[in-house]
Amino acid sequence: MTVKIEDKLFLDRFRVDEEPHIRIIENAVCMDKCEEQPCLYFCPANVYRLEKDRIVVAYEGCLECGSCRIGCPYLNIEWRFPTGGYGISHRFG
Amino acid sequence: MREQFDVAIVGAGPAGISAAHVLGGRGIKTIVFERGEYPGAKNISGGVLYGHDLARILPDFREKGCPIERNIVESRLWYLSNDGGYSVAFRDRAFCDRLFLNAFTVGRARFDRWFAEQTKEKGILVVCSTVVTDLLRDARGQVIGVMTDRPEGDVKARVVLLADGINSALAAKTGFRPEPNPHDVALAVKDVIELPEELINERFNVETGQGVTTEIIGEITEGMDGVAVIYTNRNSLSVCIGANLSDFVKSRVKPYEMLERLKEHPMVAPLIRGGQSKEYMAHWVAEGGYDSIPGLSGNGYLIAGDSGMLFNALHREGSNMAMTSGRFAAEAIVEAFDKGDFSSNGLAGYLERLDGSYIMEDLKKYRGFGKFRLEHHELFTTLPRLHSFAAREMLTVDGVSKKEKQRIIWKAIRKEISTGKMIRLFRHGWGSIK
Repeated sequence: MTVKIEDKLFLDRFRVDEEPHIRIIENAVCMDKCEEQPCLYFCPANVYRLEKDRIVVAYEGCLECGSCRIGCPYLNIEWRFPTGGYGISHRFG
Repeated sequence: MREQFDVAIVGAGPAGISAAHVLGGRGIKTIVFERGEYPGAKNISGGVLYGHDLARILPDFREKGCPIERNIVESRLWYLSNDGGYSVAFRDRAFCDRLFLNAFTVGRARFDRWFAEQTKEKGILVVCSTVVTDLLRDARGQVIGVMTDRPEGDVKARVVLLADGINSALAAKTGFRPEPNPHDVALAVKDVIELPEELINERFNVETGQGVTTEIIGEITEGMDGVAVIYTNRNSLSVCIGANLSDFVKSRVKPYEMLERLKEHPMVAPLIRGGQSKEYMAHWVAEGGYDSIPGLSGNGYLIAGDSGMLFNALHREGSNMAMTSGRFAAEAIVEAFDKGDFSSNGLAGYLERLDGSYIMEDLKKYRGFGKFRLEHHELFTTLPRLHSFAAREMLTVDGVSKKEKQRIIWKAIRKEISTGKMIRLFRHGWGSIK
């Protein structure tokens, strides 16, 4: 599989909000309790990335599907809509 | 904004804008809030709309310049293994004349924007780039307006219509609709792939303006309960694939990698060859069916469209239900104004209309379909593989007698799936859609 998510997201138009609209509530839950860490896989924009001791949130490329909010096994993700007019804007839809 | 409106609508998609059309036509002072830069900026569907439901709102939608991509004249179903698969298709001349625009493709960024623009002449105010963050309620709990993310952004209204889609953070926050369970939604991703119009005509065997829908199940969703589609637009193809979110959470399959593998499938690759990806998107599909529908009305509010989980997963119908539920909501709101009663009692006409229509009839009919799929993952694994094996075996000319081939096929089937299981599969399947 050669596809890179960056190449796919590059096709989209984003207006990035300075303030993140996604936040991991408690990092310790991800690192100590959550064994599967499914957000690293099912997020269609690969927003969640594992670094040494934490999961970082690249909210800038979020496609706003909401899956992480309900798919996180510990409901440890706080997710709201980006400020009005920010985030992704579909050109075709 | 300290103005008082009659109705505030959350979301400028098909449900909200359909309601706005009806309300505007009756002179009811209505404001629509859209969180995107323009209506459609956040919206996706596979891309099929239905003329019947749209015409009930805008009978002259064609004359008004509705941005139609292609009129669907043929529907294909594919059942695929990793190496190939079965294809059935149905085409009818009626879809070119008598049933013209029965179903047609659109790009939602263009359609939703156009649909919203048509409400202007009816005096509807559509406010974009504005998130509705909460609902205003009086001491008795009656909804009396919305709060937005604009400065001094409270807006009062007699009735609020929640038409903010399947991913409705507002519904969850206000408690009017609990968050969906992961097994009640599918996560779908979509590529829009640009190709010359004539090349699409040739590859899909259609005339200019005509289009084809292809619905696909099988091994392509990598063991998950899911579906893929390929829809023809004027000079692009919509290629989507999705699976139940609860399956995604377990499987470790990355959605965009699954989409890329679909594009490399021997049935798909020749259709998109030479095309250029233009946009990549993701969205939920409301798969929970009848049993996941929340309470759709209360004191001072109604819920319509995807936000109310009104989606028929078997027939990929959702945009029609959004439009018609939006229209029903507006008609009920008009009655509430006649009566001067905005309680759930005064708004009861909405549920009555839904219950008396194809929407609830269909959703009730297929209420077991989602559960059936989730309980029979062999539909997406063993079965397509065995089906393909059987066909390949019978078509292979290698000096082995047909009787012997039949024996080999039955042996392979029985090894993987017991007769009891097969009977249960058919019984559950039929029971869930009959």
